[in-house]
Formats: sequence, C-alpha cells, structure tokens
Amino acid sequence: MACKEASRGAIAEEGVVAANPGEASSDADLKVRSVDFKVLESMLHQDNGKTYVVNFWATWCAPCVKELPHFEKLNEQYAHQNVEVILVSLDFPKMLESQLIPFVKKRNLRSEVIHLNDPKQNTWIPKVSQDWSGAIPATVIYKDGQRKFYERSFTYNELENELKPFLQ
Amino acid sequence: MKIHSTLIAVISVLALSAFTNDLDKGYQVGDHAEDFSLMNIDGKMVSLSDFEAAKGFIITFTCNTCPYAVAYEDRIIALDQKYKGKGYPVIAINPNNPKAKPGDSFEAMKTRAAEKGFTFPYLFDDGQKVYPRFGATRTPHMYILQKTEDGLQVKYIGAIDDNYGDADAVETRYVEDAVDALLDGRPIEVANTKAIGCSIKV
Repeated sequence: MACKEASRGAIAEEGVVAANPGEASSDADLKVRSVDFKVLESMLHQDNGKTYVVNFWATWCAPCVKELPHFEKLNEQYAHQNVEVILVSLDFPKMLESQLIPFVKKRNLRSEVIHLNDPKQNTWIPKVSQDWSGAIPATVIYKDGQRKFYERSFTYNELENELKPFLQ
Repeated sequence: MKIHSTLIAVISVLALSAFTNDLDKGYQVGDHAEDFSLMNIDGKMVSLSDFEAAKGFIITFTCNTCPYAVAYEDRIIALDQKYKGKGYPVIAINPNNPKAKPGDSFEAMKTRAAEKGFTFPYLFDDGQKVYPRFGATRTPHMYILQKTEDGLQVKYIGAIDDNYGDADAVETRYVEDAVDALLDGRPIEVANTKAIGCSIKV
C-alpha cells in the first residue's frame, strides 16, 4: 500500500492529478478516474526508475477478465521491486458507474484502475504502440527508456517472465 | 553499464519486431485478396464472385458478442443501405470460434441477424481459415476491396469511423470517405486506421 501511495504522490508532482491516497481503499465512495489520452500518455512515460505494467482491458472482454488476477498478483508480488501495475479500462463511458466501478469493488482490485475515455482511437492507439492493431487485451511493460508491447493474453508465469528482464 | 544494457534491450526489441514482421500478417493495402466460400446464415455458400454487378465490397469481420461490434451494427446496416446500390455491398463475416465463444455460434448468428434485420450476408468463418488470410485481429475490423482487371484489390483496412461510442459525435467516416473516393476515382486519403475491438476468439 505504501508503494502505491508513493506512486500517486509522484504522479501528482507532475501536475497530472491530485494525490488522494485514501481513494482506492475506501470502498463506499470508490472512484475510478476517467481520463483522456493526453493524461494517460503521461502515465505511459514516467521516467522515474520504476517498472510500469500497463494493461488495457474492459469488463466485457472475457480474456481480459481472465488474466486480471495475474496482473493483481504481479502488482502485489513485485511491489517491493519497484513495479506498479496500472489497469486501463476501455469500458464504454456510459458503463463507468453501472459496470466498471461495481466490478472493481466486487473483485476488490488493488492495482490502480484508470478509465480511458477518448474516442479518437486512431490517434492514440499508435501512440501506445505502432504494433497495436487495437485488439484487447494488450499490455505495455516499461521502465524509463526500455519498453515492450504485447497484443496477447498472459498466464502468470508468462507475465513474470516478461517482467524479469526489466528488473535486471 | 546502464547504456550498455539499454542498448542490448533496444537491439533485442528490434530483433524481435523484425522477426514478428516476417510472420504473415495478412493483407496490406494494395495487396490482392483471394475469394472465399463461406456459409451464410440462410445455409447457402457465398463467394465474392457471386456478386457479378459489384464494383467492390465492404467486408466487416464482426460478431454477436463484442460490445464494439454491437455498437456498430446499425452503422454497418446503414453502410449497406447506402452503398449496395452503388456497387459496394457489405459482407459480414463472423471469425470467432463458437467453442471459445458460444454466443457466436451459427445459430446465434441467425438470431442476431433476424433481430437486427441485417440486409447483407452474415457468413461464418467455419474452421477460421479466412480471417487469418485477411490479417483481421479484432471485431469489428473493416476491409474495403475493389474489383480490378487483375482481381480484388485491398483499398482500405481499419475502423468504420472515429467514434465508437456515439454515432452522433462522429467527425470522420473513414469507410464512407474511402468508398466515396473509389466511386469518384479519387485516391483514398486515409487508407489505414486503428480502433479498439475484441480479439478474435480462437
């Protein structure tokens, strides 16, 4: 939890969003931030020595939901190695309150969940990766200038194996 | 030391992407497309060569279950209504394996087509042989083909328009712009676009 709060503070320092460490832990008033790509882009390029695992998913995407526990486990197991998972939901904006937030509560997701609300997909998809066709699930792992993109599903072991080179 | 390891990482990423590019990714704009024969929801086999009067095709890889595909159903019907008479009918193909996604079974396709009143063939890619040839990766995924003297040429690959969530907020209609350009004999300005969609279920 300490790591997570620290990272929120770090984002706030860049002027992207105000830190609100209590946000994720208080279920009753759980909020998921809905951002456009400009805001998300800064989260995809944080040059701070931390390894970020950014997963693009949606509540209606079965293979995405299937692999979510692996990302949650990774976030927990590798927090002490300066790794943070960010779950970027592509749920429809009108589903934010009815679908996404109840899902995050029910699954008790501990990784940071961001809702990307930016219809100009042809503009932002290539900025995430030139190799991304737009299918989800998709994942970016990066640390400073080192970066890999995956348009595929993962098992926990596969995810761990992809993460390890970033930790050396 | 840090520079050294970064360099190795960059080289390995480059090597990997070079390898990926060597794999067959399907049709690119400008490629020629092979015809196919797939079963329509009415039980009849459909090939592109059956459409003698067509100037080309608006092919959509779509399905019953993907919310993005569903969000575009009405716009696909509108495309067929607008362009079938002008020589560019819509041909919809469901690429999903029903074993992986029961809601995309042949029976479910019939039901969905009836509910929505599809005005175009809705074909089942039985055995999943056709979508890899195209290089489709998601639903919905659009391909515009034009009949030329030496066969069917791929003219456009990508999204339908630039706003999946709100048809009224669309600013650029990529597919319409591309078909209009073909009908007018103009070059297509935007021939490749990307959009979020559901991965094809194998």
